[in-house]
Amino acid sequence: MTSEGPSPHGWRYPAGSLAFPHRDLLAIGKLERHEILYLLDEAEQWVDLNRRAAKQSEALSGLTIINAFFENSTRTLLSFEIAGKRLGADVVNMHAAQSSVKKGETLIDTAVTLNAMRADAIVIRHGSSGAVELIASKVDCPVLNAGDGTHEHPTQALLDALALRHALDGRGESADDFTGLTVTICGDILHSRVARSNLLCLQALGASVRLCAPPSLMPQGIAEMGAEVFHDFDAALAGCDVVMMLRLQSERMSGQFIPSAAEYHHLYGLTKERLDRAAPDALVMHPGPMNRGVEIDSEVADMLDRSIITRQVEMGVAIRMACLDVLTRSARGVEGWEAAR
Amino acid sequence: MKQVRPLTIVNGRLVLPDRVEQGAIRLVDGMIEAVGDIAPRDGDETVDARGKLIAPGLVDCGVFAVDKPAFHFGGITRAALMPDQSPVLDIASRINFIAKSGKPDLWVHPLAAATQNLEGRELAEIALMRDAGARAIATGRQWIADSGVMLRLLQYAAMLDMAVITHAEDASLVGGAVATAGEMATRLGLPSAPAEAEALAIARDIALGEMAGARLHFRQVTTAAGIELVARAKARGLKVTAGVSPAYFMLSDLAIADFRSFARLSPPLRSEKDRQAVIAGIAEGTIDLVTSSHDPRGAEDKRLPFADAAPGMAGAETLLSTTLTLVRDEVIDMARAFSLMAAEPARLLGLDAGKLEVGLAADIAIVDPDKPWIVEGKSMAASAGNTPFDGQPAQGRVVALYKGGVRIGE
Repeated sequence: MTSEGPSPHGWRYPAGSLAFPHRDLLAIGKLERHEILYLLDEAEQWVDLNRRAAKQSEALSGLTIINAFFENSTRTLLSFEIAGKRLGADVVNMHAAQSSVKKGETLIDTAVTLNAMRADAIVIRHGSSGAVELIASKVDCPVLNAGDGTHEHPTQALLDALALRHALDGRGESADDFTGLTVTICGDILHSRVARSNLLCLQALGASVRLCAPPSLMPQGIAEMGAEVFHDFDAALAGCDVVMMLRLQSERMSGQFIPSAAEYHHLYGLTKERLDRAAPDALVMHPGPMNRGVEIDSEVADMLDRSIITRQVEMGVAIRMACLDVLTRSARGVEGWEAAR
Repeated sequence: MKQVRPLTIVNGRLVLPDRVEQGAIRLVDGMIEAVGDIAPRDGDETVDARGKLIAPGLVDCGVFAVDKPAFHFGGITRAALMPDQSPVLDIASRINFIAKSGKPDLWVHPLAAATQNLEGRELAEIALMRDAGARAIATGRQWIADSGVMLRLLQYAAMLDMAVITHAEDASLVGGAVATAGEMATRLGLPSAPAEAEALAIARDIALGEMAGARLHFRQVTTAAGIELVARAKARGLKVTAGVSPAYFMLSDLAIADFRSFARLSPPLRSEKDRQAVIAGIAEGTIDLVTSSHDPRGAEDKRLPFADAAPGMAGAETLLSTTLTLVRDEVIDMARAFSLMAAEPARLLGLDAGKLEVGLAADIAIVDPDKPWIVEGKSMAASAGNTPFDGQPAQGRVVALYKGGVRIGE
């Protein structure tokens, strides 16, 4: 199966580039429900491919993808790199630590430089909210946001949705979207781009979202985004179908936001006993990397029938392949996508 | 350049302190010699205002740069310069230099830094700076966090009878925030601080000001809670005044959507509810004056991710047209608009200017209050075009400007 072939879900969507009429993937907040579903459906073929022994496509053969990471990352960078390579593209990684950014070059100049190298797609992670959008406005090729400050991390939300869809499918609960599902996201909501992207994505797909954090880690005004806000983890868990735990950065655990890791675990750690308050077969998710014993107990993280944490990682590669494929179709002249830009 | 020949501007609508009326004004030796139902005398140069407004030149209390072309475009004949310069205006020689820098066609009134290097710790040589030409004291872009320092500053200022112009944001609550806490900041993932940071600072400074018996001016009062505190202090007879920039009655934090760094201001733009409170505060007289807070910033300061961009906007050119929107919306009348832009700031700074009164400086703007134009950042007179009003239609322009009876731009 190649990306040029008919999509298995093609009947659901407008023809060609109308299914995803964006040059860039900057934020879930800029996408419509059907555009999110389109990316999820497009990713299914890559899930299949990734499970075969020979995992190679030539769809992006001859294209150059630059992963420009201005902030440290291991798993997201690796996931994007593997995704690009499996699609046959030439993938180059640029780490901020090795770049001229450290020498005082402005972000705009860096963007112009990357643009002059004629990449076919640029994947960017940056520590400042809105930085990826700023770079996108200065380059001529598709830009994928791999996380900007505390704003958004759209591919994380998409891979979480795909992992959740597969887990529900595996139980025979397949549905078009997540209507009727209650998802509880618990952790450092204030500083989490994953929480923001997931809130928007899950809501777009019909789920109701509960957010749980101590007040010091809960952003003001998030209730206006349609989330139900909790400070009591037990109450937030009651009857929910999915529990998504967020990583707590160690620098936030030393008194500024919460008194200690131990106290955080006491109030917000996902233990086996706490999980029992959720729906009987509630699923457990975590974007990783985990602080075992802080926000999540090993016993819970490793529950084979409930935890889908490793499946999230697997889906990450497929979703990023789908995004790279879809966003480069215009440049590759795929039929129906020529005029997308 | 000194005025050499008496000048009478006829056939205009005079913007007097309490009303607008048909009339003329006669300017002699750089001063207003007569105003009202008068006629030119033999030998006078005569200018026909063609029915436009004859208004006092604007007095802008709290700009961050001396930007003569922008000030003249906006009808500003006097500007009080914030001490946040490089180097800081914290010694008499710098004050002396700045006080002469714009003459003759723009008078710059330097504001003395309250503390050495604006660090909020040790008092600067305020009396020496006063005698070198400083018209008031300012804390700069920041609040003075140490209440002991602030009290001593206010006591000292009271002794010297100088107003203290303070920035009202509680620094420890604000931290590294670049937006007001709320839905917009949360959606954008920007570091934010609650709007209450302003009220906290105002409440403390009012308490200290009352103890010291000082004149206290809040340069920007932008929240409902802050305005209420100022109103209550005024009702109790305290010597408290408040200013605001047009951005806070024209825009809410919706303007920062898409990370538009031209809308990154200090204090940050507030909620729609606070914007409405600012308009009500102007209508009720709690807010005394408007200031452009003119702060031109080039691409190197603004073409950055929102949180990394410098705060501030180039506001001198839009001060008049944005304030006139309040007249068109019937929030205030024309006389009050020029009280906000000229008479009140002049009073705060102790200047013999800002009103059409005999014996005051002949700083005159002839204004067409209805003239339509488009704000265009790229072609502004200011040294940089960082305006959040870029591309928007505006109404109201200066037709001619006189400083000390001399036409500017001729």
